[in-house]
Amino acid sequence: MKEVNITELERMFQEKIDQDIKIEPKDWMPDDYRETLIRQISQHAHSEIVGMLPEGNWITRAPNLRRKAVLLAKVQDEAGHGLYLYSAAETLGADREDTIDDLHTGKAKYSSIFNYPTLTWADMGAIGWLVDGAAIMNQVPICRCSYGPYARAMVRVCKEESFHQRQGFEIMMTLAKGSPEQKAMAQDALNRFWWPALMMFGPSDGESKHTAQSMKWKIKRSTNDELRQQFVDVTVPQAEMIGLTLPDADLKLNEATGHYEYGEINWAEFWEVVKGNGPCNKDRIDTRRKAKEEGQWVREAATAFAQKRAARKSA
Amino acid sequence: MNQAHVDFVLRIADDSLILGHRLSEWCGHGPVLEEDIAMTNIALDLIGQATSLLSHAATLQGEGKTGDDLAFLRFDREYRNLLLVEQPNGDFGMTMMRQFLFDAYRTILFERLQSSSDEMIAAIAEKSLKETKYHLKHSSEWVIRLGDGTEESHARIQESLNTLWRYANELFYTDAVDDEMRNTGILPDLSDLRQQWENTVNHVFQEATLTIPTNNWKQEGGRKGMHSEHLGYILAEMQYMQRAYPNMEW
Repeated sequence: MKEVNITELERMFQEKIDQDIKIEPKDWMPDDYRETLIRQISQHAHSEIVGMLPEGNWITRAPNLRRKAVLLAKVQDEAGHGLYLYSAAETLGADREDTIDDLHTGKAKYSSIFNYPTLTWADMGAIGWLVDGAAIMNQVPICRCSYGPYARAMVRVCKEESFHQRQGFEIMMTLAKGSPEQKAMAQDALNRFWWPALMMFGPSDGESKHTAQSMKWKIKRSTNDELRQQFVDVTVPQAEMIGLTLPDADLKLNEATGHYEYGEINWAEFWEVVKGNGPCNKDRIDTRRKAKEEGQWVREAATAFAQKRAARKSA
Repeated sequence: MNQAHVDFVLRIADDSLILGHRLSEWCGHGPVLEEDIAMTNIALDLIGQATSLLSHAATLQGEGKTGDDLAFLRFDREYRNLLLVEQPNGDFGMTMMRQFLFDAYRTILFERLQSSSDEMIAAIAEKSLKETKYHLKHSSEWVIRLGDGTEESHARIQESLNTLWRYANELFYTDAVDDEMRNTGILPDLSDLRQQWENTVNHVFQEATLTIPTNNWKQEGGRKGMHSEHLGYILAEMQYMQRAYPNMEW
């Protein structure tokens, strides 16, 4: 009897999805749907939070007051994104503290791009332009995701990301038309971030274990390779426009398809970084863990104070 | 150019810039995500104030310099900020205590400067006062929460107060610059500044169950360009790009 009910519920659930009716927190949903969303949303939240570190690295060294303020605002936006993504995951029953513990133990993943170091000021440009650019490609389709709270969070996130991307491109443009040292700095940043940016879309469709089911549930609306292609097609002309060269000898426009063909991605490197062996994986997680440990007494004090205050009120 | 006028603006500007720099060091390292956002927000307000004030100082100076020139190309001995704001972040309690002692002073200063005869200062003060009132609310709430929280938090924040108290007296430092500013109406009457500040501070410390240290050890010198050893490192970091790559657009 129970079996029949679940099958029926699943059928009705898929029907709603097919009709583009949003799933809300209190609606029935298959366990796998819930788990997939929790995994994806918390990974996304962790990426925002870990992503604060490589850019935070340059706030105190920004070259002028305007750039400093813009970078501060950008990193603050990322903290805000993290906050509402953790909240979206909480609507599915994932406690924020538990989710964060999963990040610290290495159980949960985050975008592998943040495991690369930011070595020069130009990296702030490259990250804004390429990393936020790739993030937008990934996230715009999620604004139409079947899960209501995630879709709505993403609408707001995307608006801010597009501002981030513009400011990153503007940094690169300024450097590219600056002194020879500045142009070299911009080219070097592009060389280092181009391939990791392409990897941000995840493994090729054939290798991606979650894609088919996620597409059926409309958690995902395009495949990894489709999004990657879209990103390359948009970015190549932008690089040309500011006179920088993409570090890919195989890159060429296919006149027949109208798409750019690009060289082989180093998937061995990608998997190494995902496994925790990138240049900054250890530093990033150690930093987050340290922030949590050193903040323990502050959180305890806040809780104790709130309890005292409540007790005094009721006394 | 009136040197006292420029110095007066630089003193306020440098307080904002250096404290903003210190707070921005927290970005990504806060005890909870909400505080990462709050501290970044306060840093952003302070950098914004510094930008307006430094640009005003550069105009008054009339040497064709920009606000950025004043931020990135002055040396330690030319900086005019309080010693308090350049002190290291320490733990979160130390940062909140530093902020609270400063905010309590800044709120009164900006309230009064709204009627400055220098219209630019008056306008900046009016805008900054709104921000500073929020900063004061935030920092005083944390001082109370940590003071009256757990045994550990009480001990820690009391220790922060003991450490920072020696820099509090400098908040009321005055010299010929202030005299001249008062005579020209740029600086409104601040004779009750200490009294007003003590009212706020005593009230919050009482609620926080904290004790004001009895030692009378007072440090000052920032207003005259005599700083602690910390400022040199702040500037080395902050000015790195402008020093390494002079005269470029960014």
